[in-house]
Amino acid sequence: MLALAASTIAQIALEPFSRPEIDWHAVAPELILLALGALITVIDLVGLEKVRKWMPTLTSFAFLAALIPVLTLWNDGGELPRSLFDGAYVVDRYSLVLKGLFLLTGYVVVLLSTNYMSEGDYYDSEYYQLIAASILGMVVMTSSRDLISIFVALELLSIPAYLMAAWRKRDLKSNEAGLKYMLMGVFASGILLYGMSLLYGVSGSTKLTDIATALSTGSSKPLFTLAIVFTIIGFGFKVSAVPFHTWAPDTYEGAPTPLTAFLAVASKAAGFVAMINVIIVAFPGQADVVEPLMAVLAAVTMTVGNFIALRQTNMVRMLAYSGVAQAGYIMAPLAVYGTNGDRVPSAMVTYLVIYAAMNLGAFAVILVAARKTRSAEISSFGGMFGYAPGLTLAMTLFLFSLAGIPPVGGWWAKFEIFRVLTEGHRAIGIVLAVILAVNSVIAAFYYLSITKQMWFMPTPDGDESPVTIPPALQVALVLTVIVTLASGILPGLVSDMAGNLQLALP
Amino acid sequence: MEHTFLADYGISLMVFLPLVGAALMMLISGKNEEIHKQIALGTTVLTGLVGGWLVTDFYRLGSEHWGELRYGVDKSWIDIVNARYTVAVDGISIPLIALTLLVVPLVIVYSWNHIPNPGNAKAFLMLILVLHTGMLGSFVAQDLVLFFVFFEVVLLPMYFMIGVWGGEQRLYAAIKFFLFTLFGSALMLVSFLALYWATGGTTFNMVELAALVQSSDIKIGTQVLIFGGMFMGFGIKVPMFPFHTWLPDAHTQAPTQGSVILAAVLLKLGTYGFIRIAIQILPEAAIKWAPWIGLLAVIGIIYGALGCLAQTDMKRLIAFSSVAHMGYVMLGIATMTDFGLNAAIFGMVAHGLITGMLFFVAGSIKERYHTLEIKRLGGLLISAPRMGWILGFCVMASLGLPGLAGFWGEFPAILAAYQPQEGISESLFRVYMVVAAIGTVLAAGYLLWLLQRTAFGNPSEEFEDDPAITDVVFTEWVAWIPLLALIVLFGFVPGLMFDLTDGPVTALANALAAAGK
Repeated sequence: MLALAASTIAQIALEPFSRPEIDWHAVAPELILLALGALITVIDLVGLEKVRKWMPTLTSFAFLAALIPVLTLWNDGGELPRSLFDGAYVVDRYSLVLKGLFLLTGYVVVLLSTNYMSEGDYYDSEYYQLIAASILGMVVMTSSRDLISIFVALELLSIPAYLMAAWRKRDLKSNEAGLKYMLMGVFASGILLYGMSLLYGVSGSTKLTDIATALSTGSSKPLFTLAIVFTIIGFGFKVSAVPFHTWAPDTYEGAPTPLTAFLAVASKAAGFVAMINVIIVAFPGQADVVEPLMAVLAAVTMTVGNFIALRQTNMVRMLAYSGVAQAGYIMAPLAVYGTNGDRVPSAMVTYLVIYAAMNLGAFAVILVAARKTRSAEISSFGGMFGYAPGLTLAMTLFLFSLAGIPPVGGWWAKFEIFRVLTEGHRAIGIVLAVILAVNSVIAAFYYLSITKQMWFMPTPDGDESPVTIPPALQVALVLTVIVTLASGILPGLVSDMAGNLQLALP
Repeated sequence: MEHTFLADYGISLMVFLPLVGAALMMLISGKNEEIHKQIALGTTVLTGLVGGWLVTDFYRLGSEHWGELRYGVDKSWIDIVNARYTVAVDGISIPLIALTLLVVPLVIVYSWNHIPNPGNAKAFLMLILVLHTGMLGSFVAQDLVLFFVFFEVVLLPMYFMIGVWGGEQRLYAAIKFFLFTLFGSALMLVSFLALYWATGGTTFNMVELAALVQSSDIKIGTQVLIFGGMFMGFGIKVPMFPFHTWLPDAHTQAPTQGSVILAAVLLKLGTYGFIRIAIQILPEAAIKWAPWIGLLAVIGIIYGALGCLAQTDMKRLIAFSSVAHMGYVMLGIATMTDFGLNAAIFGMVAHGLITGMLFFVAGSIKERYHTLEIKRLGGLLISAPRMGWILGFCVMASLGLPGLAGFWGEFPAILAAYQPQEGISESLFRVYMVVAAIGTVLAAGYLLWLLQRTAFGNPSEEFEDDPAITDVVFTEWVAWIPLLALIVLFGFVPGLMFDLTDGPVTALANALAAAGK
């Protein structure tokens, strides 16, 4: 094996370098994001204070501009999948849906950040540049089919997030958030790299498809198992799976709220994308190792997340633990990928899309409410129905969606998970489905406790003055409400895009 | 299939009209309560007219068509799982639809001057309208996913009605109601999906699934497990012992309107689900489950009755009587015979009318006396004689007096237990029959005792000259007379409903008989 690798390297060294063929259309979204990052830096250097207030507008328009090539690629159906760089980078429908998701999530996060950043005396330009970089990492992740590009994408999306988590630099909690997140993240990266190095060691290649071949033909089971487990644990940190979730609540609480929304939705989704890519493409024959691991991880994650969430009094912490539990739901399909692998990406992507809408919406409401109450305690939401009925209704929709109650979107997301789990009547799937069903009842309790505050309780300080919603947050709320409602009443809208996704093999 | 306006749009119009009304109300400021009341009433009356047109048209088809699914609409909805927007009605759903169409406008009429604290008529009435859509939708859905969605839509408005407008323990009651029901429906969803895959993953249509289950060879063990999941979903909604504990709390704490809708319609979603979904699709498993359903039903009858005897609060007593009455309905279902199933459907409607009425009266008493504690009440016949007589009438109807509607729900159910479907232990059901019969005696006991303590005698000192205690007022008459008239009508002419349900029920019973062999 080693000799083989050495000879390949020798061969490469002998040949003169020639630029690989690049499909510019396929990488256009990435290039636009890259240009955006560079542009922000330059403009900020030249224009200084004067241009700062235009940064959110620029960033959000750039995100929307990057959507254009995603759409043209999607409609250019005949040529998909497009494979670049010797199969290390693949643009298929699966990655396009996710690119669209990340770009729109980025757009909404910018909307959420606009007022928060401009009113809080923070560094605007740098913040938006980091957001752009992080989104770029996520967009790259969706297409990565190679250990190196996956790792680069993961770091590209994580490192800006470490910085942004500590953005409120005079706040002790924010410092804690950033530091904790970074230490844990770096630790996870180390574990992941170790797993990846083992994978490279046994297969002699970083390409996922090559690894799949090597694993299915090789015989060194203990080594494979170690490599697989380490890799999955590495991603487990990113998606805050129990027991690797400990950073999440502190980081979520301390970080600026828009960034928390970003972490809870986009960053988590990117972790799942990495997980799907690696497990589905590189470990298709390793179901005997991966399935039980994922089943236990999913069951523990959802149960522990929900039980701790029950005890929270801070809204953001509660959403953090609820996010942990939701991560458990999302990864559950991976416990049956050995037999139902065709449906796993669709179910997970469907959940991620709907989860993004409802969770971003919930954070938007928290941001609006905090402008008035200056607090994120659940009790501060008391009596909101009295002075802000529209906002209360929106939050109620998001919470019921998170709880999975029709007719709002969350039910369809759960339905898709259930559908994958129950297919083929495998014991592992049915048991997980029942655990999930019980968990959604536990979760409903704490989601409802918020609606209880908003609808049934009196205002804590008697301040009944109406809430003003800045335009950016209005747009964010309208968008998220529309997606949350539409995906629940007409799930076909989501399933037409995300219903039948396969990972194209290069 | 004929293509008339009614056949193509009738059901959908009926189901979604209330939602349109709610949307309209959302756009109008809540300051002017009168206009909201008018819109709400107008919407429900319009819904009632459309629905009434549908019901009478169905009635005119003649008895040979009552067993068929009519006015069917089948449109694509979620293609990826083959879930479709399939709605239709037959003789089983028509009585329940008619009941819903009747009760909701009456509740809104009653709300005219009875908006419970803390007010906000706009939100209150909007919730009732959303509830209306959910209930009607559940009764017409012929697709499991569609049914599930409507079944769940009902949860939200009820949760808020109890939580915002309820009594002192409203928060506890609201969350308990929600979590219990959600637990059941989550498991129900899992079993729907298990059924979907067991039949090849091609359809969620109830009729097609029933045919597929019959033609394919799904292991009986799997069927029994799937039935178990549905049993949790529907059994909690009914509610069956031992899942009934949410009901007394929800009923006691809910505002009058909420209690009436809960008793009259919501509980029927559970029993309807048993007949329409669980039994129709999985007849073999139903036969296997029948003894257990019967057992829980008779425990419910006795337990509910004993529970009633121990209550000190009038509303709580009526709530426990619901547990007992739904026990008779479930006993009728558990026999799996046409006789029993007919009785069960009749029992659902009768219980809806009678218990709905009882909750109305209880609500009005509460409004006048500000308490429902039985030992503080008394002498209603002196303070408010007309209301006293109405209470007496409802009590008689509830305990199953022949000549009133309640009788035709209970008596045939007990009778049906004498001879359950083939494949079900006869001796066991005869024991159930005896127990259920004892239950009627207990029912007479607690209901008459209730009447005695609240209506007879002299008013207690604290309420002797209370000017707030007035007799029945105009809106109450409007809301109550239709219910009272129907209780008498169905008591004397039970054939009105039995004829309607007999066609589809016989078909169902034949399938069960084949499964039992």
